[in-house]
Amino acid sequence: MKSDKNKVGKDCSDNAELSSQQTGGKSGHRTGQKPEWANGLRQLYDSVVEEPLPDSFKDLLARLDDKS
Amino acid sequence: MSDSERTPTERADFKRELTEVIPHLRAFARGLCGRPDMADDLVQEAMLKAWAAQERFEPGTSMRAWTFVILRNAFLTDMRRNRFRGEYDENVAERILTAPAGQEEPIHLSDMHRALLTLPPERREALLLVGAGGFSYDEAASICGCAVGTIKSRVGRARAALTKMMEDGTIPRRSTGDESAHKAILQELDMVAAGNGISAKS
Repeated sequence: MKSDKNKVGKDCSDNAELSSQQTGGKSGHRTGQKPEWANGLRQLYDSVVEEPLPDSFKDLLARLDDKS
Repeated sequence: MSDSERTPTERADFKRELTEVIPHLRAFARGLCGRPDMADDLVQEAMLKAWAAQERFEPGTSMRAWTFVILRNAFLTDMRRNRFRGEYDENVAERILTAPAGQEEPIHLSDMHRALLTLPPERREALLLVGAGGFSYDEAASICGCAVGTIKSRVGRARAALTKMMEDGTIPRRSTGDESAHKAILQELDMVAAGNGISAKS
């Protein structure tokens, strides 16, 4: 049971660590095998997720309905 | 071919869920191929395919994972046709990511993206799924249609390669010789020139 828990914890460490890094701001220290640039991947991703949706996508969604 | 036609409610649900994952599809696509316009084309292509294949989507399962598979396949097909080579996003915010000790230049998000784009596509996507998209190794493996061990090893290699680039300061700068890089160099020169007051040099 305990080892299972550890395993799960390890698999989730990416996210847990990423979010703690995001809130924790910059401190140069590394935890485990996590390089300090790791939260940059998340930032890269989130910066796109947060962009407003271009009109071309709204147009496409509107056209989908015509197809059915 | 669709014996189980979806009811209007089901179609509406599908569409709502599809709409919700668009920002994620765009983020994944942007990470895979550098250029925002190409990334968005890819997402639209994936959305149309997803819409056409909606009977195969199992309601209640992850729309994000399901559509990522479609997006990924579209990307790989385009890769084979030699699109996306050496392209990267010039518009990534010049946000400072980290300033490693002993390096004169801080690392920016755009540097990171360029470094990412130098990785082989299968390692890049593995790292994106796990390190950026927040998928578990299991989920990433099922999206890529490979074993969990394979994903772990790809993520590990991708991380090692990026770390090496960051630590050695060998992140590809905007000087890889292609046209967009050339343009970027000119822009940087302009900025340098302006900053140093050495303008008017045509």
